[in-house]
Amino acid sequence: MTVPLLQVEDLNVWFDLEDGRELHAVQGVSLGLDEGERVGLVGESGCGKTTTILAVMGLLPPSASVGGRVVLEGEDILFQGEDSVSPHRWVDIAMVFQGAMNAFNPVKTIGDQIVEPMELHGTASGRLARRQAGELLERVGIPAARARSYPHQFSGGMRQRAAIAMALACKPRILLADEPTTALDVMVQAQILQLLVGLADDFGLALVLVTHDLPVVAQVCERGAVMYAGEIVEAGSTDTLYHDPRHPYTRLLFSATPDLHEESDVVFIPGTPPRLDHELVGCPFAPRCDRVFAPCASLKPRLVPTAPDHSAACHLNDPAMRAAS
Amino acid sequence: MTTNGATPLLEVEDLVTRFSVPRGLVGTLSGRPKLAVKAVDGVTFSLGQGEMLALVGESGSGKTTTAQTILRLVDAESGTIRFQGEDISKASGKTMRALRRHAQLIFQDPYESLDPRFRVRATVEEPLLVHGEGGSSSEREQHIRDALARAGLNPPELFLDRYPHELSGGQRQRVAIAASLVLDPELLVADEPVSMLDVSIRAGILTLLDELRRSGLGILMITHDLSTAAHYADRIAVMYLGRIVEEGPAREVVQNPKHPYTKALISVVPQRDPRAAVKPQILTGETPNPIAIPAGCRFNPRCPIAIPECRATDPELRVPAGARADHRAACIRA
Amino acid sequence: MSVPSPPPTALDEQAAVADIAGIEPRGRFTFLRWRALRRPSLIFGLSVLVIFILVAIFAPVLEPYNPRAKTGEVYEPPSSAHWLGTDDGGADMLSLVIRGSRVSLIVGFAAALVAMLIGGTIGLWSGFYGGKSDTILMRITDYVLVIPDIPLMIVIAALFGRSLTNIILIIGIIYWTSTARLIRAQTKSVRERAYVTRARALGAGNRRLIGKHVLPQVMPLLIANTVLTVAIAIFAETYITFLGLGDPALISWGKLIENAFKGDAVLNDAWWAIIPPGLCVTLVILACTMIGMAMEEALNPRLRVGHLAVRRFRLRRLKGALDSE
Repeated sequence: MTVPLLQVEDLNVWFDLEDGRELHAVQGVSLGLDEGERVGLVGESGCGKTTTILAVMGLLPPSASVGGRVVLEGEDILFQGEDSVSPHRWVDIAMVFQGAMNAFNPVKTIGDQIVEPMELHGTASGRLARRQAGELLERVGIPAARARSYPHQFSGGMRQRAAIAMALACKPRILLADEPTTALDVMVQAQILQLLVGLADDFGLALVLVTHDLPVVAQVCERGAVMYAGEIVEAGSTDTLYHDPRHPYTRLLFSATPDLHEESDVVFIPGTPPRLDHELVGCPFAPRCDRVFAPCASLKPRLVPTAPDHSAACHLNDPAMRAAS
Repeated sequence: MTTNGATPLLEVEDLVTRFSVPRGLVGTLSGRPKLAVKAVDGVTFSLGQGEMLALVGESGSGKTTTAQTILRLVDAESGTIRFQGEDISKASGKTMRALRRHAQLIFQDPYESLDPRFRVRATVEEPLLVHGEGGSSSEREQHIRDALARAGLNPPELFLDRYPHELSGGQRQRVAIAASLVLDPELLVADEPVSMLDVSIRAGILTLLDELRRSGLGILMITHDLSTAAHYADRIAVMYLGRIVEEGPAREVVQNPKHPYTKALISVVPQRDPRAAVKPQILTGETPNPIAIPAGCRFNPRCPIAIPECRATDPELRVPAGARADHRAACIRA
Repeated sequence: MSVPSPPPTALDEQAAVADIAGIEPRGRFTFLRWRALRRPSLIFGLSVLVIFILVAIFAPVLEPYNPRAKTGEVYEPPSSAHWLGTDDGGADMLSLVIRGSRVSLIVGFAAALVAMLIGGTIGLWSGFYGGKSDTILMRITDYVLVIPDIPLMIVIAALFGRSLTNIILIIGIIYWTSTARLIRAQTKSVRERAYVTRARALGAGNRRLIGKHVLPQVMPLLIANTVLTVAIAIFAETYITFLGLGDPALISWGKLIENAFKGDAVLNDAWWAIIPPGLCVTLVILACTMIGMAMEEALNPRLRVGHLAVRRFRLRRLKGALDSE
């Protein structure tokens, strides 16, 4: 069995709240990423998916406490906090942020902003860096000559491509993309996704795609993990997630997404996700679940394998539990 | 054409809305010609009672501007807008104020469309106060409760004294809907009503709109999401660069698209089933800036099946071969 | 055997209802982030200002002697009889300082009120209506801004006399400009917000839009700005009077400093004639500034610079595996 490129083990993130309490935003998340793999991290707002990848990058604010391990090729990069993470940032793991297309420095050219991480991390400088920046731009579909333009001269789609180019500046092995297509038109979204897949294939990149949009994950990723209330509730191949979901939330989430070609009823999940500022008893999804039964309110289900390469956190998968009720 | 032949609730003919581009000091001094962006360039459609029409398009298509023009939040340059048979294109401010009771707008952003300082009661009461309706204070209270209940916020008492920041996104959107229902309008214009809400609660809002439609309201829904339009709308009108390029019954347009733009859009919408066979037709480039509308068919530079004639002819919306009588597309090759 | 999903109805928000049912309806001003106001600078500023206001109100009771009477020798140093010594006329400094607080504070608050009314109205009108009136009003603002304040004050004092009312008006008329600009900017941004457009879309007239939607949103900033203007106004009063343009019959801190200057206090080593009034002015201005800045920060949390610092998250070592059993 190959050693995964990136292995996140039991990641926990707490945020300090103003009145002394804590928000347990990420609760024991574990996931593995092989070289060249494309994995989707899916969930709705507040589920902790963005916080998870920010934790992997070590980009959390001082109000955050992080527990667990992030093992990159055998080395726990979180071990000494910022000091052990920063050498790997951008060089091994890079990220395209949510709204990255709006986060450019308006007074620097796009080319300068792509060269900047190269020089900062010492991977290239001067003329070589500028040439590489031009090549990167070409690779993401922007003519190299546009490196001298400023961000406001680019359209939204082009800025998103430039943000991807910037993320690839130091030739990382892993790319984390947070909602890379959310604010874009359908056609531009298709272009960007096609680009990401192409880049992953060409550069041998491993890709983690964070999104709330299930169909995007279904089309682009081979594996997916569904997050709810700070935890992973189901993980496996995207095929199995759709055709044989083992957690009611996964099933309901798919049903809640209208499909262009299917006429089946679109489902509405009443209620809201639980607050994460106090300990929860039982399954966090129980109040909204359509198949809740006896143990759900008091016993928290653990993420256990239901098939090779597939796991889910739901009592319904436990025959002993069902027999007892 | 409406499905039941009665006087349509809303009729729009050849609507054109233009925004002038500021020239700046240098431009004015150097005598540069005034540029105008034709955000809406000849749009015609109608909407009947109890019908939901989805205006679908990407950014730059003019769908939002069309909605704003219909409600006279923006002035049209030319064309007619008829509401319940009456021409309101040039109606005065006073007439429009009276008419606003019959046509309400629901905004995209539930986090911004409610005044953070107004309690739910005040937000829903405001339309009554503005139009001097509702009678005494207790009668208004009853209207407010009815509107909240109709919008799915039950029991109303629980919500009356809340502030927006105490409510979830879905609840806020329902409050906005309640505020637009309190005057019993005939037309609802919903601008991307669910795009900022979580997926799991979208169906709740959309089903609510569907129920309102069944109770007789006409609903014009602006959206970029073809899947939502296909599921909930009766008819879809696809817009590109200020024009409607295809229009017809929702299911029909999605299953049997006739315009190459519609076909391409449908092909790139991601599907839920990973096994679904996909042949995406990803168009190159992006929607051109409305300042420089291409000559001839405005879609021709990006069209996968363009022929030389497309650069010369600006196609009209007509019923293409093999389509139903109420399904039209603007393509000479359809 | 699966339990069928309950038919989703649009009228079913029971879970969500249960969620908010536990929260008590909150007050109007929760948006103000009350906790942000619990900062030492604000508490200090408020205490100081309140003390001075009380001193001003109860001046006749608090002053040990009649401030206009000769109750000691000229320039007597501080002693148990005269805690702050005497001035060049033998009057008790402490009494003078106490009595002087009245005029200084009255002018400060009144002038700030005038400035707020003028600046607020112009800013609101300009920001809301835009167009020609905006251009004209902003031109006027620019002209007034450019006029040098001291020569203007001299001219007005010379033309219209040196009464208290005139001083208040002069200060108010000169210092409304920054308020106007601030309020205009804020009004413009509030005007574009979705809820204002929605109110207009349902037929609300301009008066209602301004009165119910724009003004309440702009008011807190106006108040914070007015507090800062109080500081400026008090300082302005001080130097107007110091320059001899104030009402000679009134006792104010500026007058005391002027007297000290004209009475050669420095030559006589009579520091007690200069420093106490100066210190009072400084303290009140400091207090107002602290209050004003704290209010502005409470309204706009982004003013706090903390987020620009290098982010260092904290590590938490987990004791053993996190088990839910």
